[in-house]
Amino acid sequence: MKVNIAACITEPGSSERNKTGGWRVFKPVVHQERCIDCGSCWIFCPEACISRKEGRYEVDLDFCKGCGICANECPTEAIEMVLEEK
Amino acid sequence: MPHRDVMHGSRAVAEAVRLCDVKVVAAYPITPQTHIVEDIAEMVANGELDAEYIMVESEHSAMSACIGASATGARSFTATASQGLALMHEVLWIASGLRLPIVMVNANRALSAPINIWNDQSDSIAERDSGWIQIYVETAQEALDSVIQAYRIAEDAEVLLPAMVCMDGFVLTHTVEPVEVPDREQVREYLPELRMPHTLDPENPVTMGSLGDPNYYMECRKQQELAMERALEVARRADEEFRRVFGRGYGVVEEYNMEDAEVVLVTMGSVAGTIKDTIDMLGDESVGLLRLRLFRPFPKEAVRRALANAKVVNVIEKDVSIGMGEGALMTELKSVLYGSDIKVLGTVAGLGGRDITTEHIRQAVERAQRALRGERVDEVAWAGLKEEAV
Repeated sequence: MKVNIAACITEPGSSERNKTGGWRVFKPVVHQERCIDCGSCWIFCPEACISRKEGRYEVDLDFCKGCGICANECPTEAIEMVLEEK
Repeated sequence: MPHRDVMHGSRAVAEAVRLCDVKVVAAYPITPQTHIVEDIAEMVANGELDAEYIMVESEHSAMSACIGASATGARSFTATASQGLALMHEVLWIASGLRLPIVMVNANRALSAPINIWNDQSDSIAERDSGWIQIYVETAQEALDSVIQAYRIAEDAEVLLPAMVCMDGFVLTHTVEPVEVPDREQVREYLPELRMPHTLDPENPVTMGSLGDPNYYMECRKQQELAMERALEVARRADEEFRRVFGRGYGVVEEYNMEDAEVVLVTMGSVAGTIKDTIDMLGDESVGLLRLRLFRPFPKEAVRRALANAKVVNVIEKDVSIGMGEGALMTELKSVLYGSDIKVLGTVAGLGGRDITTEHIRQAVERAQRALRGERVDEVAWAGLKEEAV
């Protein structure tokens, strides 16, 4: 693939293809039984990679960088940051 | 119609900017460049030039504004000198990395400290690796013509690189010379409207200045190097075409009295005038001058060709690479001539505005002639240095 002049990106939204989850050291694990559906994690996630599906919050691990803001903001400590092991 | 007038070199540059229909000028005043942007401001105020004139708070901002303007596809211009150019340093790399055909005039001036407003070329030489095309001019007329040529080279689809036209501060900017101002329609014919492959346009969104991680950064740099190599041929053609349209041209290098020259002085910029006069006074066919007009891209082949019959070269330059003991042009010339039998000497001259006299040139010639006779001579000499004061 030839790089565009000056690495110009001409296709909007193409960054979606660049999976950045590999930067992560800790991953968030949601304990659904403690979740009260307040939506704080969804609001605070700076990468917009938390989504609400059928009343459950799920993390898109392709883009989550493991910053831990969701776990920090969760009022019921329903999100736990767990060391990635590959 | 073209018309002839007497004017400062700085005015000649402003005339070129007007003739090129520049759309955005962002500028910050600094001696000895200020006259240029003052004259342009007057032209914009008088309606002679339909451009957006942005007054900024620093040279860093001037270049940044030009980068933004150029990214939208607008022909952009700024001018600076010395500390101003140094302050632009980090953004110069962004302009070239983004492949934006900005043209800037640098009124060559010494760098502080000690503070000095006079002419030498250390400021632009220090930016030689920033990815900008660099043209060094000898006269006010050449400054005007080179700004027009610089846009033509920079904006060529095969090039797309920013270009710096370097003119000696005061010696050219503040000296009045007869200048022919070309016809505006002819310039429009010579310089087509700017077309860029990508521009910032809300209708067609693109990302400029994206991340170039280790997977792609080297490829971007190589693209710049290839564009710079193509710029050499584009510059040669742009000058030929200029000669066809306007009746004068300069070449990427200029040869003077070179036919039978065994001793060749090599230089850049206005001191070439003093050297030509000295050669005329000497009346010696064995002494010639090679003036590099283009420093980036470095015209390696043209230099090798011009020096094919030379025996000793003395590079007279207004810069020194401290710690290397010689000027950058001398180092580069030795690199280009590597493997040949030509002896390369250097003369550091004119730093901080020290006059370069015909006597200094004569001494440089004599040192080269002594070397030609096999005598041992200093490889590098500082012209007009007060030894007792060092």
